[in-house]
Amino acid sequence: MSAYDKILSARSKGRPTGTAYIEKIFDSFIELHGDRRFGDDPAVIGGLAFLDGIPVTVIAIEKGSDTKERVRRNFGMPNPEGYRKALRLMKQAEKFHRPVVCLVDTSGAYCGLGAEERGQGQAIAENLIELSSLRTPVVSILVGEGGSGGALALALADQVWILENAVYSVISPEGCASILWKDPKRVKDAAECLRLTAQDMQELGVVEHVIPEEDFDAAFAEIKTRLSEELPELIATPADELLHLRYQRFRKF
Amino acid sequence: MNLMGLFRSPQNELEKGGKEAEDAGIHSACPRCGVQLALSDLQENMNVCTACGYHFRVGPRERIAYIADEGSFQELDGDLLSRDLLDFPGYDQKLRNAKLASREKDAVVCGTALIMGQPCALFVMDPNFMMGSMGSVVGEKITRLFETATELGAPVLGFTVSGGARMQEGILSLMQMAKTSAAIRRHSAAGLFYLTVLTDPTLGGVTASFAMDGDIIMAEPGATIGFAGARVIEQTIRKKLPQGFQTAEFLLEHGFVDLIVPRAQQREQIGLLLKMHVPGNMIFDEWEAGPDERL
Repeated sequence: MSAYDKILSARSKGRPTGTAYIEKIFDSFIELHGDRRFGDDPAVIGGLAFLDGIPVTVIAIEKGSDTKERVRRNFGMPNPEGYRKALRLMKQAEKFHRPVVCLVDTSGAYCGLGAEERGQGQAIAENLIELSSLRTPVVSILVGEGGSGGALALALADQVWILENAVYSVISPEGCASILWKDPKRVKDAAECLRLTAQDMQELGVVEHVIPEEDFDAAFAEIKTRLSEELPELIATPADELLHLRYQRFRKF
Repeated sequence: MNLMGLFRSPQNELEKGGKEAEDAGIHSACPRCGVQLALSDLQENMNVCTACGYHFRVGPRERIAYIADEGSFQELDGDLLSRDLLDFPGYDQKLRNAKLASREKDAVVCGTALIMGQPCALFVMDPNFMMGSMGSVVGEKITRLFETATELGAPVLGFTVSGGARMQEGILSLMQMAKTSAAIRRHSAAGLFYLTVLTDPTLGGVTASFAMDGDIIMAEPGATIGFAGARVIEQTIRKKLPQGFQTAEFLLEHGFVDLIVPRAQQREQIGLLLKMHVPGNMIFDEWEAGPDERL
């Protein structure tokens, strides 16, 4: 598959969205709402669940699976209150030393009027700085589109995994082609140049694991197995060491 | 080497040397009020329009001259050079052009300085180097500055100007947001002061990381500050943006900026704020004697 094909795959409508991952991987999910500041962003789902009997905080960006849902979920483009809800749940997880699992699938943080008025940049910046020192384990899994700062705001983690046909990029290839070459038709070239595939991520050291996705049931099972192996180890790691390792993980770039 | 690239004609304002160079002789037109300004008057007025108060974009050396005590600036990591890590087409040429346009090696200048007698670590971004875009070198220099400041117990003052992440470095430029944030958190956890001054424009990944992390956030009058660029927002919402959207004044009104300070008053205000945050720290006292000996 070319880089552009991977983008099409990552965006395809048949692809499982955040909710499917929560259902298939975790037990007894209880959704929690709101950022306690402004509102509740339907593009970000957060709550508590069990993974193999371990209580975890789960945060997922949800694109919606039919037209009505997609509109309600703003096509998985969070507003600042989505990032602030995520941060609230992360801080809650820290209090109870509960691991955080993030499922990331967004074309990017929403570029709207209200988003700017309510500090989209500030919300992402705050998540980054708080995640860098969150004293509880964080695992982020890029399951579809990893769109720039809007994805990174949920992916400054101890471990970052990516699905085989998911992508992670600083800018959409459309944006890149139109800014750099003033030619939106060169989107395929941009996709190649940006090095945004799961395989690129592994080569560049951005992710620890690539999850195969011949079929999604196998992918769900693989994620569940890996989480049940890795989470107990991460939980057992003293917080200071965890933070030291997390610092080094991003310091190398 | 791409020889063709060396002889081609400039393709944008930046490559021509920036808008201000248009009338390279004696005058420069104010982009806001259109008044023709004598360059000597403009320079004397810190590149602020004498008619309407418009703040022209300025490079890091000029900014440092405006705010630092004379002769106190000591540059750090001035030799770091960006490389074309991803073999991105045209990036090498862009870097060469940016070096010519800015006479700098990359889009941020870092160092230590005294401001009104107060020592601080300092970074100043450069609008003439790929519009201050953040790549690995920018991220690395800022990270090192925060690490050094944390070791020394020194405050950090940062002037931001950036169109956002440097897309020619792909995901590696995104990772700079994570790297710098983590270093800032360590500096903050050590009880040290970080002051940002947002200047025109501050956008994208820089807004969404170190620009918004200051304990105190200052902005220059009229500066454009935001996450998404105006054109992208207009395309998304299919509407024209209201007048004054994403200006420093707009951010102040919405609670995202502490204060707006005109260029002529920045030195004094920054000096005062630094003085109000002097830590009672041994390393810091030693450092006051002379940063050059310790670095």
